[in-house]
Amino acid sequence: MAEQNWKENRSSFFASALGPLLWTLVFFIVPMGIVWAYSFGRNAGLTEIDLVGTLDNYKRATEWLYLSIFAKSFGVAAMVTLICLIVGFPVAMAITFASEKWRPWLLLGIMLPFWTNLLVRTYALMMLMGSQGYANKALGGLWGGASWLKTLIGLEPLPTWEPVQLLFNNFAVVFGLVYVHLPFMVLPLYSALDRLDRSLIEASLDLGAGHFRTIMKIVVPLAMPGIFAGVMITLIPALGAYLTPDLMGGTDSQMIANVIERQFKRANDWPFGAALSFMLIYAMFILIALQGLRKKPAETH
Amino acid sequence: MTEAKLPIISIQNITKRYPGAPVAAVDNVSLDIMPGEFFVLLGPSGCGKTTLLRMIAGFEIPTSGTILIDGQDMAAVPPNKRPVNMVFQSYAVFPHMSVEQNVGYGLRIAGVGGDEISSRVREALELVKLDGLEKRKPDQLSGGQRQRVALARSLVMRPKVLLLDEPLSALDAKLRAQMQFELSDLQDEVGITFVTVTHDQDEALSMAGRIAVMNKGEVAQLATPSDLYEYPANRFVADFVGSVNLFEGKLTLDEPDRAAVDCPGLGKVYLNHGVTGSHGSDVWVALRPEKIYLHVPGEGKAIRAAAQDAPEDHNLARGHIKGMSYLGDITLFEIKLDSGAMIRVSRPNLSRHDQEDFTWDDRVSMHWRADSPVVLLS
Repeated sequence: MAEQNWKENRSSFFASALGPLLWTLVFFIVPMGIVWAYSFGRNAGLTEIDLVGTLDNYKRATEWLYLSIFAKSFGVAAMVTLICLIVGFPVAMAITFASEKWRPWLLLGIMLPFWTNLLVRTYALMMLMGSQGYANKALGGLWGGASWLKTLIGLEPLPTWEPVQLLFNNFAVVFGLVYVHLPFMVLPLYSALDRLDRSLIEASLDLGAGHFRTIMKIVVPLAMPGIFAGVMITLIPALGAYLTPDLMGGTDSQMIANVIERQFKRANDWPFGAALSFMLIYAMFILIALQGLRKKPAETH
Repeated sequence: MTEAKLPIISIQNITKRYPGAPVAAVDNVSLDIMPGEFFVLLGPSGCGKTTLLRMIAGFEIPTSGTILIDGQDMAAVPPNKRPVNMVFQSYAVFPHMSVEQNVGYGLRIAGVGGDEISSRVREALELVKLDGLEKRKPDQLSGGQRQRVALARSLVMRPKVLLLDEPLSALDAKLRAQMQFELSDLQDEVGITFVTVTHDQDEALSMAGRIAVMNKGEVAQLATPSDLYEYPANRFVADFVGSVNLFEGKLTLDEPDRAAVDCPGLGKVYLNHGVTGSHGSDVWVALRPEKIYLHVPGEGKAIRAAAQDAPEDHNLARGHIKGMSYLGDITLFEIKLDSGAMIRVSRPNLSRHDQEDFTWDDRVSMHWRADSPVVLLS
């Protein structure tokens, strides 16, 4: 197809851009603008908000209590991203190097969860992880088996099985978030690895490197764009995760999105909720800006 | 070297069968490659030559058979432990490393000291004439330069054998011709055994010490370039290496010092040496286009020329020119023989006006010398 310069076809260019522009304006920019304006407002009565241009909401948002929740959310999101990367990289490699016959099925297996509602998936995971869930039943079965084996060789049986508390704690939140976000990590990694010239790997092996060193020195550096994309695409939604900490977390595992939700609903403090929301958005802006900075030197060389 | 030479690579009854494939990619191939040799595996695509090379490198595992490198069985040796290095068809230069880092990669992996790495890298880059480009990244290099990086990266490892997978196929014609010479010189200089895979017969003939022509997973012939060209063992080799006219015929005379074949298409063919066939058996006569002399109208000269080393009426043919292509150094003729068969003749343009001697539909006669035809049994 011939490349068309939009400058030569201004009218048709604007005509085709108008719809998406309007859509973005009405359904994204305007609501965001309203929320942004609220963040400088003050509650006046039950439903009224005075836009007084105060910075009080931001002042409150930077109080230690909220900053610590921000920090914790970052910590959880970073850990989730790291686990996703560590788990996802071998998965992406396995898919890349699977035979032609298997690859589409493995990719389907990665994408299948997207076809199910997040809520349904989360509840399913909770049923698995509950104190009477399958995970605990399996562990209990193993425990019983071990106990029986011990009696078989004449030793004292193990004490009775106490179900492990898998749910409603920080572990559950991280686990649930990893579960939800793993596909987001695997797909960009896969697309980066799939583009990798196989002969580069063979060349590295040929020059005496083992598999591990080949991965660390050749595959990982060349998959860097995919790793970065995967990290961003996992970190940002994980940072704003709401449902998973809400359902699977304990009292101490709320993340910033849960706090924001509370401001809008129970506390009915929209201006403060708006300020918290924008703190999160600013943080994401910074992350994306960092990615932009990283890209620059790669392009100029 | 004064000691008796043992093969550096010994391939013994190697077969490679891919699951689900109806025929073996490499079918019971045995051959020995001697130290210091420039060995070429030549064949059309899908003949198994690359598979064989990759089995030597260790990237493919033979279904059966043994590969010995320097007398050592390679069955349990992974690619990174084999004393061979490979130059890949795509060159496989690491894009995230500079020229210097690429060439030094194997040495760093091997744990060689920093000073030795830099001196050996410098040496290798000088060898392939890339000195001065140490800091460049691969995307700042031309295709030819990237290939030199790949060469240097392998040579710096001082392998016993250097494997080259279609080393010149990605280069343009001029550069390819130049690299053919350079590769030969380089091989002389470093004295390492080169094993090259190619589908390009010119490349093979110009560089190789010995060539194994492969067809359908088997070695069709293993010989020096000139033997391959002048004494092809079968129709496949005759046809694949160079261009050839093939005629079916019956052996009418077979004595130690002479033989004759009666070809319905070509006429009576006389040879001044014997062939290993039996009287009356079906054979093929292969005749190279450049070994046929074309005579200007009037048959007398042709008859006299043929009669010099063959009985009357042998090694003579007559026909009409049906096609001509002027290639500068030579002119190619397509001639329809009186029998109806087509024959290709090439004629060097020894003087500037030679191409004016003949034109379309001219009646011509041809003769060839008694040592020119090759009789093929298969």
